[in-house]
Amino acid sequence: MMQDGIRLEARALSVDFGDSRALAALDLALEPGRFTVLLGPNGAGKTTLLRALAGLIVPAAGAVTLNGTSLALMRPSVRAQAIAYLPQGGSIAWPLPVESVVALGRLPHGERPDSLPPSGPDAVAGALHSVGLRDFAQRPATALSGGERARVLLARALATQAPVLLVDEPVAALDPRHQLVVLDLLKARARAGATVVAIMHDLTLAARFADDIVLLGQGKIEAFGPPESVMTGPRLAAIFGIGTRILREAGGLVIVTERPLPEA
Amino acid sequence: MSFARSPLIPGLIALIGILSLASLVIGPAPIGVTEALKALASDRGAASIVVREIRLPRTLLALMIGGIFGLSGAGLQGLLRNPLADTAVFGAPQAAAFGAVLVIYSGLVGALSWALPFAAIAGALLSVALVVAVAGRSATIVVLVLAGLAVGSLAGAGTSLAISLSPNPFAVTEIVFWLLGSFEDRSMMHVLLALPFILLASLLILSAAPGLRALALGEDTARSLGIHVPRLRALIVAGAAIGTGASVAVVGSIGFVGLVAPHLVRPFVGYDPARTLMPAGLAGAALLLAADIAVRLIPSQAEVRVGVLTALLGVPFFLWVIARRKAELVETPA
Repeated sequence: MMQDGIRLEARALSVDFGDSRALAALDLALEPGRFTVLLGPNGAGKTTLLRALAGLIVPAAGAVTLNGTSLALMRPSVRAQAIAYLPQGGSIAWPLPVESVVALGRLPHGERPDSLPPSGPDAVAGALHSVGLRDFAQRPATALSGGERARVLLARALATQAPVLLVDEPVAALDPRHQLVVLDLLKARARAGATVVAIMHDLTLAARFADDIVLLGQGKIEAFGPPESVMTGPRLAAIFGIGTRILREAGGLVIVTERPLPEA
Repeated sequence: MSFARSPLIPGLIALIGILSLASLVIGPAPIGVTEALKALASDRGAASIVVREIRLPRTLLALMIGGIFGLSGAGLQGLLRNPLADTAVFGAPQAAAFGAVLVIYSGLVGALSWALPFAAIAGALLSVALVVAVAGRSATIVVLVLAGLAVGSLAGAGTSLAISLSPNPFAVTEIVFWLLGSFEDRSMMHVLLALPFILLASLLILSAAPGLRALALGEDTARSLGIHVPRLRALIVAGAAIGTGASVAVVGSIGFVGLVAPHLVRPFVGYDPARTLMPAGLAGAALLLAADIAVRLIPSQAEVRVGVLTALLGVPFFLWVIARRKAELVETPA
């Protein structure tokens, strides 16, 4: 089951791709119980940061630590139990039954999809239920729509029941109802004590659901904190190059994107 | 949650048993089932010579080599997440043949030397390494197949050069027939020559099973689930190259078993790439043994080469898979 809160931290983290620096000496501390959303324009380094936080990239300098221990020093199986990661637009190679795909989330616990111990089936069924796909268990995953497949893959990440959950664009392919269902789900995971980080593009949804926002621009953190303090008109103009109108509603900020600004 | 245990593996083992028996019985010399079994167990003169020294080695070789081809095909298809992957598509058999031909024609050793499988394995490993180096790690299947085609053609050209430079016409005939792939005139020496390599190759590929399952969701997901992907890749590529090299060294070039076998069993194991391995190996063994029995039954002056038969049956199958899946194949990253 979910372990007690885990603090995930990037310390002076730099990542290079060939000659170009994707992330530059970045510091970020992610606390358990909080839902953090990474925002930034295309190519700002969001996915690179998330993959580095998941321990999938070797940093050029600095480190990512889990409760103080560097991910680079952890055994992959231990890291996999602590951090569940959902890549962007993930694919499924074979027409595996939905249930088998979700059961792959139990691999870090040494549970094979064709022989799950007693705790396994509950985790798998629970994850499928939470994304609204309980009746799809036996369907081939490749025969589903794009949005349904995205929810199957999210259920796979949830089934690990890891204390850290890192998800790359979990709602990009979803209809409005399922966007809300999934964001509620991620927030509930955070409330239950998990450290949850998601990459998103919808500014209003991000402002409404996130406890904290990380605004990323060109490999650097431009702002980090609660949506109200981070999402200001001038900042969004500087980072995204857009003119916005920000309304304060009872449910949170509503950010109306109005026009692209001329390139600087 | 548990998968119903299908009768697939027991069924395949029973099929292999029946085919093995048929393989001991079928041939130019008429020997009945009971007589064949008796000749196998105790010395019964000419019948024992035929069964033990001619039919038993070719039966064992067909089983071993069909098995490793099926296993390699399933392993490579799982690794590259693509149903068209096979050692033949990567030029490995041609490169293995070139390695072996080089050793034979250098005049250093005879055709029954340990140097032969090593040279063939080195050829196969080199071809795979070259394909991967040229195509890059994140190559699409189209790039891989094109690189494999080029490497295979290069190895083929090398073999042709060795043949054309050969001063001895008898040796040329011998090598050409050897290249066509056959189990004819093979002895227990050939079995012993290939067996250790095929066992090692099987172990390497089977040990990669758990990781293959996670790889169905892509490399990043597999790594996030704790799978060591470079090790997984090394196990399967080394296993496939060693198995192909050892096989080509003793029976010549036989293609397409590794491509076909996984397809036949996949629907029975829920398309799980890990659970495909073992049944694909058994199906490969059954397929190649059946093909070897078929060439003995086809009426012709000289025996049809089994490598020719598997290619004649395998290529249309290959085309059928391409036709059926061409839409997905356009953009599938390997």
